[in-house]
Amino acid sequence: MKELEKLTYFPGCTLKDTARDFEISGMAVMEALGYVLEELERWNCCGTVFSLTDDDLMHQVAPVRDLLRAQEAGSEEIITLCSMCYGTLKRTSHFVNGNQERLDKLNAFMDKEIDYEGKVSVHHLLEVLRDRIGWEKIEERMTNPLEGLNVAPFYGCTLLRPQEIAIDDTDAPSVLQDLTTALWATPVDYPYAVECCGAYQVVDHREVIVERTHRILSAARRAGADVVIASCPLCHHNLRDTQKELIRTIPDYEEMPIIYFTQLMALAYGVEAGKIPTSLKAKIKHLQTVKGEG
Amino acid sequence: MIKKKEAAGEEQLALLELSMDEIVDKIEELSGQNVFDCYQCGMCSAGCPMADEMDLLPNQVLHALQVKDPDVMSANSMWICASCYTCQVRCPKEVDLAKVMEAMRQIYLRKQLDHVPLDDLSHREIRHLPQIAVVASFRKKTG
Repeated sequence: MKELEKLTYFPGCTLKDTARDFEISGMAVMEALGYVLEELERWNCCGTVFSLTDDDLMHQVAPVRDLLRAQEAGSEEIITLCSMCYGTLKRTSHFVNGNQERLDKLNAFMDKEIDYEGKVSVHHLLEVLRDRIGWEKIEERMTNPLEGLNVAPFYGCTLLRPQEIAIDDTDAPSVLQDLTTALWATPVDYPYAVECCGAYQVVDHREVIVERTHRILSAARRAGADVVIASCPLCHHNLRDTQKELIRTIPDYEEMPIIYFTQLMALAYGVEAGKIPTSLKAKIKHLQTVKGEG
Repeated sequence: MIKKKEAAGEEQLALLELSMDEIVDKIEELSGQNVFDCYQCGMCSAGCPMADEMDLLPNQVLHALQVKDPDVMSANSMWICASCYTCQVRCPKEVDLAKVMEAMRQIYLRKQLDHVPLDDLSHREIRHLPQIAVVASFRKKTG
């Protein structure tokens, strides 16, 4: 049996808690494609948001320590699944890599550690799928094509903005649509795919997130979506959790399943997908029955 | 649990013990942005997903800073901005408004004036929310 290729994996806090399904399905599909996500032996919270003030080096310490952990592990890269971790670590790598003055200051502060040399790059799993594995191989591995399933991509913010860290076109990305097509499902075009869900405002402005979820999911529904796929655990939480309020308060509201892109792949590969909403399972079963009868 | 600041701009300046000239200088220093670069095309406000909730629209925030209107400091806009960067990627003048908003928040937070009272969040709320929501909110709204 061919040995699995190792990828240095940074999970982040949320994949170990509320986004377990993201990690479970991510590991399963990568194994099916011949890769193992090898978790860093030690890691800490990246800080979740990149510090936006020019004089604030203190808040760069946490993400730099994660880059240092990868260096210690003998790796020159970190792969993330969580979009927010991706955004923070990637921006941090741009902020310090190649800037000796900042590196010197941070290394002087982290004086109980070996020096971070500024050579670790950060990539999102979607980049690995698109740029290293390719859609053809992703399609080849499939066992349960998702023909007839209409999929609305939800990119959120940190995969695409700011420009310097974008994994795709900031306004018209295609990576999630291309993945959907590779799995023989149909990508749905709707106006909110690259919009912000409201992010951490859910903590003290939950009513704003409910309103945004209604707009986003109604537009996806009108465009014919059967499911929305996300790559950010916060988008996933906001859309799924506040939708419960819509279900409770709007008569005849039809629930929109929200899953991670890795779960969509896992369904097409027949590997461990984590929890999948019942309505989506029923939809896929129905499509496959209809296809079998045809 | 929105804690909208009821006090008008002047009262905020008194609270911060800063003049508007000092505030604009501080914002430019912290953000590395020149607020006078903005020529009020409104692209930021057109694309802002949170604009509906803001007392002052994103372009109005920049305008208020340009004319040194103290009410910009009592408006809720800086606390509603989710740093989604839609404005920044679309700005024809390459003003990083997310950094300007962060600098405005930092002026409060560095004076120990937190915007999210931790005690108001129940244990259940904190447990139910993903860590990235709680950590991000506290990073943005507490000092």
